[in-house]
Amino acid sequence: MMSLLYVLIYASTLIFLIASAVRAVHYARLPLHLRWELYPVPHEDPERAKHGGSYFESTDWWKKPATFNWVGELRSMLPEMLFQKGLWEFNRRMWLSSFPFHFGLYMVIGSTTFLTATALLALLLPQSVDGGIGLILHYVYAAGWLAGAVLSVGGALALLVRRLTDEDLRTYTVPADVLNLLFFIVTLGCLTLGYLLRPKGSPGALSLAQGLLSFDTSLRVPLVLALGLVLGAVLTAYVPMTHMSHFIAKYFTYHAVRWDDRPSIPGSVLERRVAEYLTYRPRWAAPHIGADGSRTWAEIALTNPARQAAPTFRLAGVDTKGITTEGKK
Amino acid sequence: MSKQKLSLSDVSKPEKKPLVHLENADLMPLPAPLEEPAKDHNWTPLSAQVQEKYECFLDDTCAVSVPQPKSREEEEELVKKFLSGLEKLFTKENNWTFLQPLLLTMEHCAKCQTCSEACHIFEASGRNELYRPTYRSEIVRRLYFKYVKGGGLISAWQHGDIKLNWPLVARLIELSYRCNLCRRCAQTCPIGADNGLVAHELRKLFSQEMGIAAKEIHENGSMLQLKVGSSTGMNKEAVKDNIEFIDEDISEKTGIEVKTPWDVEGADVLLIHNAGEIMAWPENPGAFALVLNAAGISWTLSSELAGYDSINYGLWYDDAQFARVALKHAEAARKLKVKKIVLGECGHAHKALSVIADRILTGDLNIPRESSMTLLRDIVMSGQLKLDPSRNDFPVTMHDPCNLVRLMGVVEPQREVARKLCPKFREMEPHGVDNYCCGGGSGFAIMSGNNFQDWRFHVSGRKKLQQILNAFQDCLDASIPKYICAPCSNCKGQFRDMLAYYDLWNKNKILYGGLVELIVNAMSDVKPGFIEWEWR
Repeated sequence: MMSLLYVLIYASTLIFLIASAVRAVHYARLPLHLRWELYPVPHEDPERAKHGGSYFESTDWWKKPATFNWVGELRSMLPEMLFQKGLWEFNRRMWLSSFPFHFGLYMVIGSTTFLTATALLALLLPQSVDGGIGLILHYVYAAGWLAGAVLSVGGALALLVRRLTDEDLRTYTVPADVLNLLFFIVTLGCLTLGYLLRPKGSPGALSLAQGLLSFDTSLRVPLVLALGLVLGAVLTAYVPMTHMSHFIAKYFTYHAVRWDDRPSIPGSVLERRVAEYLTYRPRWAAPHIGADGSRTWAEIALTNPARQAAPTFRLAGVDTKGITTEGKK
Repeated sequence: MSKQKLSLSDVSKPEKKPLVHLENADLMPLPAPLEEPAKDHNWTPLSAQVQEKYECFLDDTCAVSVPQPKSREEEEELVKKFLSGLEKLFTKENNWTFLQPLLLTMEHCAKCQTCSEACHIFEASGRNELYRPTYRSEIVRRLYFKYVKGGGLISAWQHGDIKLNWPLVARLIELSYRCNLCRRCAQTCPIGADNGLVAHELRKLFSQEMGIAAKEIHENGSMLQLKVGSSTGMNKEAVKDNIEFIDEDISEKTGIEVKTPWDVEGADVLLIHNAGEIMAWPENPGAFALVLNAAGISWTLSSELAGYDSINYGLWYDDAQFARVALKHAEAARKLKVKKIVLGECGHAHKALSVIADRILTGDLNIPRESSMTLLRDIVMSGQLKLDPSRNDFPVTMHDPCNLVRLMGVVEPQREVARKLCPKFREMEPHGVDNYCCGGGSGFAIMSGNNFQDWRFHVSGRKKLQQILNAFQDCLDASIPKYICAPCSNCKGQFRDMLAYYDLWNKNKILYGGLVELIVNAMSDVKPGFIEWEWR
């Protein structure tokens, strides 16, 4: 039984990592889009970032060295990642339930990681976690985990109530949204109650973590806690398959869209990437596009559906000689 | 048309009836002098003929006027085309330009409705569900998961279901033209999802696959520009004639000889105006010519096809049309061997050529582009012009064109000028990158078919109207002339029409105009009174 539980936990962790990586790679490999930034862009020069300005406020900006204000970007990113600053500013009511849910999860994940590291240390250097130090470590991960779980379950319950009672949210709520929240509530509930109410003699958190790392099948886990562990494993594998993987998406929506203000510089990697896209052959059907699958994006862009005029200029890497509205002759 | 809350499935209703109807009393209240809904204009109803002929079953207006299909087969054919276009939106060969942000938006919206609170249209409509940014996006999202990602029972459970039929497609066409594409919603999204982009991509699908777009921005817009050189219909001879007339007029009015240079090879600056300025507000290009000459700038206009009209309506609905016009602008600059392109007072032209086109202006078309706001700021701050701010001693507020400010980050230069030259300058709240759209963005300012104007003044322009009235609450009296500085042609078009609609010039002396006019009005060497307090 324990073997199955261990396999499930390892498999779900692996699935989580692989599915998250697949999703991230998928988004990263999509073509570079046209610029679509939104201001303020926090890595702008601090003087301009204050009012949301860009390098376009500067005369002959292309002659000036490009600046990238890492401090500004971090000062914008960290409060958003840790405290959901945007939601605090723009939707305070939602923040009151979303923040505890998310921050509680961070605490649960952080404490679990800390517990795993402690267990590893205990296996490799048992004397290092003996006595007082071991007790302190135990209180750190246990208190962190419990506080996180309480926060997260509270937040999830509040979110669930809002989803079901607020008409503005209910219209857009699908069964999966309800189930997802219930999934978190039940999982964290089982883990917390299963741990706190476990019978005497049952393995504690450190023993369980050590058991998992050493594949110790002699441990006996009480039913509710075991159910919590199974649900936790399934939830871990499930999250990256859903829109809840927005922790991955958010990297791209911010860094690759909202804040991507990189100008195109002749001969740059960016220009070379676009040169490849200009050779794509779209198939849009409207007559004014003239995209029958034989003409490249560049050829389409260089023709004039209102006139029969050939271009006299060229785009990087694209031979445009002889292009007319009828296509390449 | 009940007041019952709209659901997502309503969009597929086959009944040929609008989904919602707005009364003036439903709308967001306005401050004085427009605080009484009962005294507001009544909406012009759509004529029976229009309702019989076109697909106008979304709300009280009709922006695109798609003819009603004549048979079930025709409907099915159109739905097939829509599906085909939907699939293309999610392939790199067809949509590399916006695939990444679109996919991220489709797959990660948390439906928290934070965006709704940021949307001026939703707020102004009295929080009508139809105009909630996620209403449109959620329909597209469900279609995406069902038809592009394969659908199935699990998908329906996970992402929700929607019934695809012609009424849905027809309503989506209209609904894609109920968003100003100002992207204020995207700015507040905690995930970074972009409902404005969804409206943009929908318009693109309809144009690029089905050949359906608002006539004003396609046929009379980008196509006319590509045919004669300008969406105003002016060819190069006409535009030169008009500029010559403007030069004469401005010379006489200011007492300073003004001559606009044309096609000067090797000039430092190629200035491209929105040609609408030449037709509707000639004092703007005239003021530019006067200021640039006075500052000793080496500059020129171009008479190349589209080189004298910076508009690029493709930005709002069609990537191919967008790219074609952007390339023409860059080509005009390349031929003249200028050092840089400076964009006149037109917000969408700024964003189109400076930002969005940046990655397709490769090779020898990658010519630097700059905002006229920075150039004007530099001229004013350099001390080259003798300026007397007391000439601008009237209340001035600044409108931030979304394309110039939130979407390009040009926030301060125009303010530096206004603060230096306008003693009674005051900000609207909020302003800068948190501004609200004028309500004319994404082509609405030039769209007036059927009763669309009623909608854009009552709904899309309402928040800006509230901001303007609030900014001038201390001086609403008609004895005090007031000036909305709007450095954007489209925004000015919206203000012209909206102020006239509510009679705010006659009753409260609220006028609108550009930034460069304020500069010339303050020039000591110029005859006083460049800004004429007359309605136009």
